Amino acid sequence: MDLVAGVIANGVLMGAVYALIAFGLTIIFGVMRVVNFAHGEMVVIGMYAGYFLWAAFDTHPLAAVLPAAALLFLIGYLLQFHLVQHFLARPAHVQFILFIALALVITGAHLVAFGPNPRGIFSLASFEVYRIGGLRLDAVRSQAAAAALLIVALLWAFLRASRLGRAIRAAADNRTGAAVVGIRIRHVYAVTAGIGMACAGAAGALVAPLFDTHPFLAPEFTLIAFITVILGGIGSLPGALLGGLLIGVAEAAAALVLSPSMKSVLSYGLLILVMLARPQGIIGSPEGQR
Amino acid sequence: MSAPVLEVERLVAGYGGAVAVDGASLSVGAGELLAVIGANGAGKTTLIRAIAGMVRPMSGRIRHRGEDITGWTSDRVCERGIAQVAEGRQVFPSLSVLENLRTGALLRRSRAREAANLERVMALFPRLAERRAQAAGTLSGGEQQMLAIARCLMAEPELILFDEPSLGLAPAMVEMVFGVVRRLHAEGMAMILVEQNVRDSLEICDRAIVLEGGAVVAEGSGAELLASDRVRAAYLGL
Ligand SMILES: Nc1ncnc2c1ncn2[C@@H]1O[C@H](COP(=O)(O)OP(=O)(O)OP(=O)(O)O)[C@@H](O)[C@H]1O
Ligand SMILES: [Mg+2]
Repeated sequence: MDLVAGVIANGVLMGAVYALIAFGLTIIFGVMRVVNFAHGEMVVIGMYAGYFLWAAFDTHPLAAVLPAAALLFLIGYLLQFHLVQHFLARPAHVQFILFIALALVITGAHLVAFGPNPRGIFSLASFEVYRIGGLRLDAVRSQAAAAALLIVALLWAFLRASRLGRAIRAAADNRTGAAVVGIRIRHVYAVTAGIGMACAGAAGALVAPLFDTHPFLAPEFTLIAFITVILGGIGSLPGALLGGLLIGVAEAAAALVLSPSMKSVLSYGLLILVMLARPQGIIGSPEGQR
Repeated sequence: MSAPVLEVERLVAGYGGAVAVDGASLSVGAGELLAVIGANGAGKTTLIRAIAGMVRPMSGRIRHRGEDITGWTSDRVCERGIAQVAEGRQVFPSLSVLENLRTGALLRRSRAREAANLERVMALFPRLAERRAQAAGTLSGGEQQMLAIARCLMAEPELILFDEPSLGLAPAMVEMVFGVVRRLHAEGMAMILVEQNVRDSLEICDRAIVLEGGAVVAEGSGAELLASDRVRAAYLGL
């Protein structure tokens, strides 16, 4: 029983990180209506940032989160402002090709710069566990989950309470209306893309101590982010949170009950069930609004 | 003599090569209410959007208090105090009434006085105060129009561009909209009023222009245009 509880708990922890990744994907879609097919690549950039910070300075895993998020914010801002902006009015398949191209370029750059070999962070911290009652929680995973949830909560508050957050939500709701009240849409879009990709980057730094980093991890993260977002409801921020937790638990449960190599089976099963019963996702509204 | 609040000179604007405003000129003095009338497709909305920085002029000049603002983006135009009550209201449907109003105060020019302005527009539109927590998309058409006007006032504009504010509203609400315009006029606000309610708008305006095919074909005081055979035949059905 303890084993089951432990596996589920660790699934929840992983789910919190998935939620952060999905949050980034869904905010980009919710505001600009573009789908970032290079989202997993952004996670991998964050992982490399985490890895190299650790390799150079032996930093605590959490210390890499801010630099990774800042780097990805910058990348996201510049990408949106100078590149994606020009594709906003283009058909979806053209945008798709743009982001696939971006993904390929990033993976290629990773290969050229860092090679194909996995790079793992070895730290004594990875052997630590927290004991809560009979539950044994992996310390690094717990910290990653706590940090992910904290980031999601802070972003949520930022979107609700700040002036820029209000501008982002307004621009998402009615683009023409945003121009009418004088919102600098291009800047607001770029900030949104920055935030979305910073979520991916922060999540990358958080999982760098958990998985070995290599260029080909990216599609897996992109896929998980997609399942998560579709499950919760496209464009819905609470949906991303719920979806992340569900996927985390589903993976953990499948790994325990079936086999670790089958860990995605339950997630996909869940996805198909939700698609059949509630195509807009668990929390999403039919037209994919926030 | 000081420069007019707004001067538009031989403005040409349109969409991807198609010209919708074709050489229109106008000016709005301090505290002046200029009515713009014209048939569907005459280019009224395009004229408003070009002034507001939402459509890039192909040629011509737009000046605000003597300064050339041609081709400025909408955020900079808003920052100068030129605000819009746009065609179709353009409220933020999933944001609450209060949040909608606060988007009107994102500009640097008025953000410091957001609280005072909120109080002022809530007093002006008690219906909005009652519904402050309601999503704007669930308001009635008339309430949404109130919201669009109130949101525009949150920016502390010195020139308001109204684009068919009474469109699709019941008579009582049309009366409300004209009441607000009249009141702002009495307070000295400069305004451009695009309206289908030709008679009402010619009665309350200081001056009016008639737009046809994107060009100004007649101009005069409201009384002059009300008396003109051409306007009576084309726009008043007389
Ligand atoms: N976004 C657009 N893209 C292409 N053409 C447009 C666009 N908006 C308007 N037009 C065209 O420009 C011309 C002028 O349109 P505009 O909306 O300015 O007219 P209007 O006088 O406001 O009409 P209405 O009284 O129906 O609101 C029309 O021929 C219209 O078809
Ligand atoms: Mg119009």
